[in-house]
Amino acid sequence: MALIRDLLIQGGQMLLLLVLAPLFTGFVRKMKARLQRRQGPPLIQPYRDLVRLSRKEVVLADQASWLFRTTPYLVFAATWVAASLIPTFRIDLLYSWSADLIAIIALLGSARFFIALAGLDVGTSFGGIGSSREAMIASLAEPAMIMVVFTLALIAGSTQLSNVAEFMASPQVGLRVSLGLALFGLVMVALAENGRVPIDNPATHLELTMVHEAMVLEYSGRHLALIELSAALKLLLYVSLLACIFLPWDIESAGASAPTLALGIFAYLGKLALGGFLLAVFETSIAKMRVFRVPEFLGAALMLGLLATLLRFVSASF
Amino acid sequence: MTLTVVLACAAALLVLAVLAVVIARFSGATRLVYGASMAMAAVSLAAATVHLLSAAAPESLALPLGVPWLGSHFRLDALSAFFLIVVDLGALSASLFALGYGEHEMTPQRVLPFYPAFLCGMTLVVLADDAFTFLFSWEFMSLSSWALVMSHHRALENVRAGYVYLVMATFGTLAMLLGFGLLAGPDGLYTFAQMRAAHPAAGLAALALLLALVGAGSKAGLVPLHAWLPLAHPAAPSHVSALMSGVMTKVAVYGFVRIAFELAGAPAWWWSIVVLAVGGITAVMGLLYALMQNDLKQLLAYSTLENVGIIFVGVGLALAFRAYDMPAAAALALTAALFHVFNHSLFKSLLFFGAGAVLTATGERNMEHLGGLIHRMPQTAFVVLVGCAAISALPPLNGFASEWLTFQAILLSPQLPSWGLKIVVPAVGALLALSAALAAACFIRAYGITFLGRPRSGAAQAATETDRFSLAAMILLSVACLIAGILPGLFIDALAPVNSALIGAHMPRQAGTQWLAIVPVAASRSSYDGLLVFLFMIISGSLAASAIHRLASDRLRRAPAWDCGYPDSSPATQYTAMSLAEPIRRVFGATLFRAEEIVEMPPPGDMRPAQLKVSMRDLIWDFLYVPIADAVDAAADRLNPLQFLTIRQFLSLVFGALVILLVVLALWP
Repeated sequence: MALIRDLLIQGGQMLLLLVLAPLFTGFVRKMKARLQRRQGPPLIQPYRDLVRLSRKEVVLADQASWLFRTTPYLVFAATWVAASLIPTFRIDLLYSWSADLIAIIALLGSARFFIALAGLDVGTSFGGIGSSREAMIASLAEPAMIMVVFTLALIAGSTQLSNVAEFMASPQVGLRVSLGLALFGLVMVALAENGRVPIDNPATHLELTMVHEAMVLEYSGRHLALIELSAALKLLLYVSLLACIFLPWDIESAGASAPTLALGIFAYLGKLALGGFLLAVFETSIAKMRVFRVPEFLGAALMLGLLATLLRFVSASF
Repeated sequence: MTLTVVLACAAALLVLAVLAVVIARFSGATRLVYGASMAMAAVSLAAATVHLLSAAAPESLALPLGVPWLGSHFRLDALSAFFLIVVDLGALSASLFALGYGEHEMTPQRVLPFYPAFLCGMTLVVLADDAFTFLFSWEFMSLSSWALVMSHHRALENVRAGYVYLVMATFGTLAMLLGFGLLAGPDGLYTFAQMRAAHPAAGLAALALLLALVGAGSKAGLVPLHAWLPLAHPAAPSHVSALMSGVMTKVAVYGFVRIAFELAGAPAWWWSIVVLAVGGITAVMGLLYALMQNDLKQLLAYSTLENVGIIFVGVGLALAFRAYDMPAAAALALTAALFHVFNHSLFKSLLFFGAGAVLTATGERNMEHLGGLIHRMPQTAFVVLVGCAAISALPPLNGFASEWLTFQAILLSPQLPSWGLKIVVPAVGALLALSAALAAACFIRAYGITFLGRPRSGAAQAATETDRFSLAAMILLSVACLIAGILPGLFIDALAPVNSALIGAHMPRQAGTQWLAIVPVAASRSSYDGLLVFLFMIISGSLAASAIHRLASDRLRRAPAWDCGYPDSSPATQYTAMSLAEPIRRVFGATLFRAEEIVEMPPPGDMRPAQLKVSMRDLIWDFLYVPIADAVDAAADRLNPLQFLTIRQFLSLVFGALVILLVVLALWP
């Protein structure tokens, strides 16, 4: 009985993420529009986009190989699995032990690996420019992320996200210098990984500075729908990650009753709203930077992570 | 018994090598030599696997060969058995690959005799149980591989590669020789059993360990002793490149582990700092070099440096934990290193086979002339993709499993009391994280330019799928990569006897865990389940596919590429290997390689083409090797007149030298 309940909760979380992801993207867009005193598209516009895309026919480039056609599914699978391992409203999900934070990052790395290959598959210059820049950004963002993970793991004594979230909610945490550095590092990495301003602009096409959109330029129809959904899931993943580490309140533990779980879900939605609002404010108040300023930005994130880890190595009290 | 079987296989390989000299010119010789090598490797592999899995007691054997008062000692213990598995698995797949690939060899008589000899040399190194046999086999391995590097000796760059290799191999063996000399001590205790029993003084042991690091490190390709490796490995035929990169570097790791953990006695904590720092730097430098290469095989050779670096980081951590008497953590670190040894031998061999298949199909090693091979060599493209994903440490494949274990070992190291290590280990962790990310970039580039896009030359346009033997070898290895990735627990358990023998502890048994997950320390700390991750990915991928199939439109139309409305029919407008690495070259290369870009843009109206010139320097070569070579040249010039002395002058020179030596000996405290 308990197993079935756990299985339902695990499945429910996976579905919740899938349903929430486009809504969250729509929410951020709406917020940004309101901050710019525009009306903005309705909240459900991303769902409409997905439906419209999946109804359209796929226009496949002549040179596209099987890798190009399977990549959307692979990217979606890796992103969805990674996202469903993040504790959102309840820790200790049925399968949360099967991959820790390092594995989650590596799963996102798999998604990126294949999408960058897909950018090169058709053999166009736009795809190449996207893949080339994505590789450069990832080569700095991933180590920065790993260093942040090291810091968190050393503070909580575990790389298992459920345990980290549980530890963060407990009173033993206190205010720590290393935790602050890790927060900054993680936010910077999250901006870069999701192609947000100031690294990349998610709202543009046809701009020589674009990264993510350039890689997926040749995709259309249902393939593009999957890619867009994966991108939305990834954004949601990072916001959930930040929430479960730095706002670890009201994430219910195993064996919580139905009303407390409902509370957990409401708390989660509240955290998402806060995250989306902050992201919109940040993106509105800052300009996009030149591509070759990005290494400096991410280098700073890497140094923050390294510094935080070093502090933890030097003394357990930082 | 097992040892006898394995030695008999080695002897049979030696006989085969002699036989190959005679029969190499006949047709069918290729099949015979590679088939027989494969059979020997299979027998030896089975014997070693049984020995390791049954955790059998070590077996020893002394043969009355070699130096009269010493004889040749051989021993098969858990460590030897594990490395024997790596050697034999590599040999098995390389021989299978060569059954097809070897048919294209123009001069089989330059390859066939040395190939079994090379295999025999590697087998004997891991079995040797005295310094003489070890060094003899080590040299035998070096020289036979040198002969294979020189098999296409008409190409000028191969001659240079062979020369540099010979010099560096001699240097490395000299360091090993001195190291063993120090461990043997004044009484000449040359067997490993005697060395184990003796407890060398701390200073002596440290010196011997450093010499072993130099000797084994030069063979394994540790920066800055790596200079020969990216020249020599690509110069050999591809199956030999696979063996050199995937297996011979591991034999070097074996030599270092054997000396550091068994023969050199109790470790001092600072040994590990040297090993860790060198390993971390090698990992990152290897990949940055690889990212700058356009030659597919050279790129793979440089990426070997990265993996050797990761292995040495694991070994260094194990040394550090052992020095502070933390056996459980040491076992974790050593398991991570040895598991990566196994994994790297799988995917590096696979990738070199892929490069060999591409070379056979197109005659090209330069990526700038390749492209679009996924359409013309679909099966090769698929298995090479598995190899690229594995080496980029992507879950659920094996490269990730061993890298994950290494990260877990790093996360245990704040418990180390030494301040030096507290500073070095996080830095090495950052280097390792950087190398993991750069590996993905490097193999996106290698695979994307070689197999994807549009063909960049006629040769790439006309490529055809490779033969079935080559494919079988690659499929074998890619399946092994997947199995090691989703069931890492089995391999960790198999490594338990090795750890028990070297450290006196092993990782907790993984066989009983839920869903075959791996739990390095405790479930509350960390766990990873490759099998479940793999299953989840398959399930969610197929869920998505079936949902799309049911709900979405399945119409599909082929059309020219969109490319923002400006598609260009010329393949030259695609991204190239050089341009793909340009952002990374700008970020890392400006300081490390002094990379400079000069743009020549003719003024409007001028019909000359615009040009972009990129210049890079190998600073290690320019500032380390060139001065040493110059110094040796200058010294040789100075000593040259000694050749032209009269007999009287020679005799007085000898007399003078004798007197000086005797005086030194008399004054020695």
